[in-house]
Amino acid sequence: MKPTTDRKRKENEDWVACIARIRDAQDEAAFARLFGHFAPRVKAFLMRSGADATLAEECAQEVMATLWQKAHMFDPSRASAATWIFTIARNRKIDALRKQKRPEPEDLPWGNEPEPDQADVLALQEESDQLGDAIAALPEKQRVLIEKAYFSDLSHSEIADQTGLPLGTIKSRIRLALDRLRHAMK
Amino acid sequence: MTDIEIKHHLTDALLMAYSAGNLPEAFSLTVATHISMCDECRARLGAFDAMGGAMVERCETVDMSVGSLEATMQRIRAAGAPPATAPRRKNGLPQPLQDYIGGDLDAVKWRSVGMGVKQAILPTSRAATARLLFIPAGAAVPDHGHRGTELTLVLQGAFVDEVDRFGPGDIEVANEDLNHTPVADIGADCICLAATDAPLRFRGLIPRLAQPFLRI
Repeated sequence: MKPTTDRKRKENEDWVACIARIRDAQDEAAFARLFGHFAPRVKAFLMRSGADATLAEECAQEVMATLWQKAHMFDPSRASAATWIFTIARNRKIDALRKQKRPEPEDLPWGNEPEPDQADVLALQEESDQLGDAIAALPEKQRVLIEKAYFSDLSHSEIADQTGLPLGTIKSRIRLALDRLRHAMK
Repeated sequence: MTDIEIKHHLTDALLMAYSAGNLPEAFSLTVATHISMCDECRARLGAFDAMGGAMVERCETVDMSVGSLEATMQRIRAAGAPPATAPRRKNGLPQPLQDYIGGDLDAVKWRSVGMGVKQAILPTSRAATARLLFIPAGAAVPDHGHRGTELTLVLQGAFVDEVDRFGPGDIEVANEDLNHTPVADIGADCICLAATDAPLRFRGLIPRLAQPFLRI
């Protein structure tokens, strides 16, 4: 487990540095690295949410362009690069696939704040890795339901219809998964 | 917005669905308004967003088209400088709610629904309905049950029902199991934001007749 975690932590710090280079120097090489890693993931996320390949390609390009334009709003003491990109992709999904607006809480968490403390950045990136490991370690049945909740644009009762599982089972498996994750993050 | 003490918070299921982007617009509006008032739920939302990030990180990949990176760089060059972010409100209702009202409380177009109770339906997608409710001090909303889920967020004043007392920032999550009669605190008029994904079910005959007209 340990070597993987160290490698991933280094990767996370790299992504944070890449976004900073886009913000400070419009660095296209840094953007190309982020693009190579995240764009195919965003495209897969959008296709699992119901977009066809053409729409997913277009939206994934827009998501990555938004990353460039909003690089100054990224706060690595509050989110990993993957989390920030997830929120951009999710908003694009609601807009493009569901044709709805997304009301956001005021004072966006990554709003114009002073340069974050480096210790906070490291702690947050480390926690993000821990969470990823904890999700990977969930029992298969629980993990699948969490993935469906995030990826497939289905409510719990629609997941019940699709999987044939009773609604109560779905709710209790998700609750068990969250309990495990909370325990792992202590 | 940490000067008020909030006792009733969002459920994990609602936060997760909001983070995943799977709530109807009316529910998202209510969740976003509560989070604007509640630092605890804002932090919990951060954890659910981090789960989304972890999902994207461990997601399978689908190859981007040939020339995709260059096409994206062209989008970036064509878009130019990002638009400046809108100035944030200084006081009054939370910003997401003001965006739907088109201003603060004084801009709400109230309609009377009888017994001093007033409502204003906000423009959202049809999958669920969001409305502002004005309940005069000491008055009651008729006893009702729910077919789906009802979220009630107190913006001003307070109400009491069979469950507890709900003050500013508190949110009540009601489902099929709850029949309740919210009564506004005697001290002040109560203003709430309520979201429902199915028509409410009133227990008395008169309110049920009125239901199609009130769009409750």
